Amino acid sequence: MAPEIGHFSLALGLALAIIQSIVPMLGASKGNLLWMHSARSLALGQVAFVTLAFLALMYSFIVSDFTVRNVAENSHSLKPVLYKVAGTWGSHEGSLLLWVLILTVFGAAVSLFGRNIPDELKARTLSVQAWISVGFLSFLLLTSNPFERIFPPPADGNDLNPLLQDLGLALHPPLLYFGYVGFSIVFSFAVAALLEGRIDAAWARWVRPWTLAAWISLTAGIALGSWWAYYELGWGGWWFWDPVENVSFMPWLLGTALLHSAIVTEKRDAFKSWTILLSILTFSLSLLGTFIVRSGLLTSVHAFAVDPERGLYILALLAISIGGSLLLYAWRAPNMEAGGVFKPISRESALLLNNLILAASTGIVLFGTLYPLFLEAVSGEKISVGPPFFNNAFIPMMLPLILVMGVGPYFSWKRADLAGVYQRIKYIAVLSMLGTLLIWYLVKGGPALAYVSLLLATWLLGATVHEWLNRVRFYDGSFSDFVRRVQGLPRSAHGMTLAHAGLAVAMFGFIGSSAWKSEEVVFVERGSVVEIAGFQVTFNGANQVRGPNYIANRGTLVVQRNGLHVTTLYPERRFYPAAQSSTTESAIRSTLAGDLYASIAEPASEQAGNSEVWTLRILYEPLVNFIWLGSLLLVLGGCISLTDRRLRVGAPKRVQNKKTVVAAE
Amino acid sequence: MRRTLAFAPLVIALVVGAFFLWGLNPDRDPNEIPSVLIAQPAPAFSLGPIPGVPALGLSRKNLVNNEGPIVLNVFASWCVPCRAEHSVLTSFVERNGVTLFGMNYKDKSEDAARWLAELGNPYERIGADVSGRAGLEWGISGVPETFIVASDGTVVFRYVGPIVGETAIKKFKTALVEAGAIKGDQN
Amino acid sequence: MKRTLLSILMFAVLALPAVAVEPDEMLLDPDLESRARAISKELRCVVCQNQDIDSSNAGVARDLRILVRERLKAGDDDQEVIAFIQARYGDYVLMRPPFKSTTYVLWLAPPTFGLIALVAGWLVLSGYRSRRRPDALSKEDELLINDFILDKEKGE
Repeated sequence: MAPEIGHFSLALGLALAIIQSIVPMLGASKGNLLWMHSARSLALGQVAFVTLAFLALMYSFIVSDFTVRNVAENSHSLKPVLYKVAGTWGSHEGSLLLWVLILTVFGAAVSLFGRNIPDELKARTLSVQAWISVGFLSFLLLTSNPFERIFPPPADGNDLNPLLQDLGLALHPPLLYFGYVGFSIVFSFAVAALLEGRIDAAWARWVRPWTLAAWISLTAGIALGSWWAYYELGWGGWWFWDPVENVSFMPWLLGTALLHSAIVTEKRDAFKSWTILLSILTFSLSLLGTFIVRSGLLTSVHAFAVDPERGLYILALLAISIGGSLLLYAWRAPNMEAGGVFKPISRESALLLNNLILAASTGIVLFGTLYPLFLEAVSGEKISVGPPFFNNAFIPMMLPLILVMGVGPYFSWKRADLAGVYQRIKYIAVLSMLGTLLIWYLVKGGPALAYVSLLLATWLLGATVHEWLNRVRFYDGSFSDFVRRVQGLPRSAHGMTLAHAGLAVAMFGFIGSSAWKSEEVVFVERGSVVEIAGFQVTFNGANQVRGPNYIANRGTLVVQRNGLHVTTLYPERRFYPAAQSSTTESAIRSTLAGDLYASIAEPASEQAGNSEVWTLRILYEPLVNFIWLGSLLLVLGGCISLTDRRLRVGAPKRVQNKKTVVAAE
Repeated sequence: MRRTLAFAPLVIALVVGAFFLWGLNPDRDPNEIPSVLIAQPAPAFSLGPIPGVPALGLSRKNLVNNEGPIVLNVFASWCVPCRAEHSVLTSFVERNGVTLFGMNYKDKSEDAARWLAELGNPYERIGADVSGRAGLEWGISGVPETFIVASDGTVVFRYVGPIVGETAIKKFKTALVEAGAIKGDQN
Repeated sequence: MKRTLLSILMFAVLALPAVAVEPDEMLLDPDLESRARAISKELRCVVCQNQDIDSSNAGVARDLRILVRERLKAGDDDQEVIAFIQARYGDYVLMRPPFKSTTYVLWLAPPTFGLIALVAGWLVLSGYRSRRRPDALSKEDELLINDFILDKEKGE
């Protein structure tokens, strides 16, 4: 019964979306308030029906209803309940349903919390959002029905890919989608503004919190995905420049640019057509990601099952939404520039540079990801564009960005006093150089690029913290003054400091774990000892353990340093009979200084293979946790910024106080 | 200028979109890798026979100066799709008079001998590639793979995966006709 | 047939998180071994999806790893080893595409994009610095400004 309810709800949701895509839009152009306000109940109705459908699918997974094809193909009765729930979005159909659910959630959120947005703009925005809903709901119903039944039902399911049976990966898609799809509302705002033909500072202020919310989720989603790859794939890498990783990274890069250009539009009424373009392109790249993952266009580790028909449908949706919005842009945008004048040395210029670098980097990642396809189409030749290309092309773009990031917040709007800024930051520059030299003296050796990056990361961290301390005048006045000023500083300022510092912290992690990683790969038997990074690791054999839906060989590793017991690690090699596949469960001893990372596997060659011998892989990854610590700071910074009362989505009109604005600048 | 520039994103998006449309062509397999050997002389290799199997061994010199094109099939007893493909290849040999050579890839000789005894041996020559080294010379990525080598020893065609099912057989047959191994009206 | 191939590929993907380079393949000479590891990271596993041979557990990846080490022991330099594999498997196996006529565009794209960004920045800066107030407003601008003022009065 549940699947039918779900299916029917989806159809009802589509019906509401169709009405919502027309009526409020007409209302806005005719000035009919009633029609405009209908968007609210329509958006709420839509989210209610799609949620019902989602819950129905989830229910089918929880009760293991194998008459539903999707459940039979992606679940198993023995699977833990958590992963049954997560199985809801483990397949193409289910994840698309989640995608649509988030789309409708954002629409409903704008209709509920966007109280300060003018009626017309809100009505148009919600109609545009409903266009996207119509596209994807019809895609779901016509090509990828998650509620399809099979007869006769199988006795048990095929099981979800065991790699995906993991807490990190259970949470990764919802967060990632929240980010991806969150940019839809920014897109809708942009298209609505283009239809109205009017962009101003107020528009940017309404859009910023939504951009920020989407960006926070996307940051968290990407970080979680990379963390999952790190501990689950078993060889300690955290970023592979795989096409599917790239397509989630591009909206992040461009979304970051948007976040910053929207500030300029809000504060200085400049960069307007650019901000609009970024709003459109950021969501376009999210759509591109959805397309690439589901069409099988490029080979990737993470792609869903390939189906050209679905690919064509999504491509048509892309053509309509991206092509249409860019056409509208080409028509309307040339009329909307103007705005505040500024000098080459100013906050505006720094943010301009930030935007140009981020946009160019996005372009590079996009071009590198799609180049094999371009070349194949033109010459039939097949090539691979792998990590060496992306590292060579991307990292040099990022280094100047980090440099500017440190100094940018010191610049004032319109025209900055370069000499004054220099006075304030020269010590930071000297200190970061000394710090890097000290590290070089202590560590000795390692790639030059690592030291350059280290210098920049130190610089960014120092400059960011120093700027914050300056702003709260930590260096003069009493402690209670300091506390008072910290409280008085706008939340968005704290947020920026945290986020910028977070990137610096993450950089330490990138650098440490790529430049100074050490690795040992050896055959071990009971009693074998391996030395790595000052640890003595003793292998005490492996024994079989049973999990709910797997059998595992669990190794016991006793880790000592200088004869003292440090910890005992239990890496596992799991076999999932239902899915007929194995996974590596690495065991990690995490500290801030670095991770000791161990995994075991059966030896590949038969000569080496008696059942007592294992291939043990131990890595020491210095500072690797700084990556996730930094990501956490980025997310936290975003969240704090989001609570800034000037950005608060539900804030009543005219809450603005001229004084706070000045203080924030 | 501004107006023209405002069209740039649209134009770029359309160009990229056109490539996507091309890429969705159902005949295109993104995982297919073209062989570098096509139109090149067959690589140098020399393999002894499988112990216990009457067929002769195989080396590069067996692939040149033949009367007609040769079909070279890479197979193994542990390879499940090879079993399905075996009957197709046998029928090519028996009904169309194709000359079939085999490369037994990373197999145990007893297993290979048993496999051939059970299913029949359509191969005129079989080289035992125990180490898989000759397979690397041929640039194979898995088993089965099938090559067509022209009479002068030039590689003219490569098929990755089992030749099973209508489309695959048709594709392979077309290649055989083009190479002159069989006549077009045969079936 | 396509389905079988797909299911084979699916299996390759599922079996992916495994052992990668194995101790019995490794060379005793640490310098040679570290070169071998570096080369292995430059070569793509042909049956896997976007994975280098160093971290792949596919049989052919293992064979290629052994081959790389064989060539190194025979005295080849890094470029020769890579060229040896490339001759048999084509450009597809190179994670770092070769710099040649079909990839000039790829390799020149990053500096070009950087350059475009610089030029764009310069244009924007000079535009914003020297923009003069036009003597008379166009009709459109007039409307825009009116709207804007009205909006401001409405309290945004």
